[in-house]
Amino acid sequence: MTISLFTAIVFAGSLLAGFLGALTGLGGGVVVVPLLTLLLGVDIRYAMGASLVSVIATSSGAAAAYVREGFSNIRIGMFLEIATTLGALVGAYLATRLHGSTIGIVFGCVLLFSAYFSWHGHKQTGGESTPDRLAHMLKLEGSYPAAGGQREYRARRVPLGFGMMFGAGTLSGLLGIGSGAMKVLAMDQAMGLPFKVSTTTSNFMIGVTAAASAGIYLSRGFLEPGLAMPVMLGVLAGSLLGARVLVKAQSRSIRIVFSLVIVALAIEMIFNSVKGRL
Amino acid sequence: MITDIQVERSISILLISGVLLAAVVVLLGGVLYLAHQGGQHPDYHVFRGVAADLRSPTMVVRKAFAGRPDAIIQIGLLLLILTPVARVLFSIFAFLSERDYMYVVMTVIVLAVLLYSLLEG
Repeated sequence: MTISLFTAIVFAGSLLAGFLGALTGLGGGVVVVPLLTLLLGVDIRYAMGASLVSVIATSSGAAAAYVREGFSNIRIGMFLEIATTLGALVGAYLATRLHGSTIGIVFGCVLLFSAYFSWHGHKQTGGESTPDRLAHMLKLEGSYPAAGGQREYRARRVPLGFGMMFGAGTLSGLLGIGSGAMKVLAMDQAMGLPFKVSTTTSNFMIGVTAAASAGIYLSRGFLEPGLAMPVMLGVLAGSLLGARVLVKAQSRSIRIVFSLVIVALAIEMIFNSVKGRL
Repeated sequence: MITDIQVERSISILLISGVLLAAVVVLLGGVLYLAHQGGQHPDYHVFRGVAADLRSPTMVVRKAFAGRPDAIIQIGLLLLILTPVARVLFSIFAFLSERDYMYVVMTVIVLAVLLYSLLEG
């Protein structure tokens, strides 16, 4: 296979990954890495590097739109980015030390979690948040546009959310993904923030989190330009298309199909890692 | 004094410009790369790490100005990585103008982590 043909295949696959990632809200990274490693035999570290830069591109593109609409909370995002960037440093250092097959097994487990998350969709957590002094002191509150005017909210269980964000950052750096699902979980389930605020603020944070590992990826030689080029352009184009379709499409059936695909990829990934073929 | 809405709008423009610029540079480098090396065979099966001159920002800039296609792609990727960094830097000034010093400190911490990764990582 020549580089030209390889680039075309990777671009097409990344386009699809970005499209599905935007439709399901899971992001392109979780599909791109298995695609590159399992189907095209790319070493997992090169795949993670290419995935990580595509994650920065899509999250920054999407965040630009959400920030303008007034859903993202810039303060909550910035506060939690302390946790995610520190976690991302730890994760990226781990990625440079661990064996490829160990990373593959962790990746497979995170894929299974993502499939579960995508399958179940979102469950609303209970009502009004109780007053939280720490959240008030840190100004982790705000309002967002809803039917019938602005709706107020305030974070709770701040230490738990902060801790989960450190974990999300570590996974992002270790696997070269955005780990958006875990960020949403930390804000929506742990800190009791409105779902729309959680997803858009998560998107806002993904780029900064990924940038914290990107420097380490660069200096350790994970960022292969010939591979990252079609992946980044493909995922970015695919996610822009996906975001346009998202408004019209009823995504329940897509979610189910996508979840099944991810479960299959996860099992394949874990199996190949255990066999030492990754 | 600037308002939250102005800050949000500026951040939005900053992010879009960064991503677009990066994508254009990556595409340009990619076209040159395929024109030069498209007929060769890819070798990503075993991890060796990319060439040493594509691993540090200063070396990448030097090689890109020498016209090497893979270094031009790498410049695009660097611009992409710098986009969120620029957003964080901008936020410092936004919080300063709002006299929100607690958030200035938090943002400086995040910026320090980012710069550590880029320069010392």
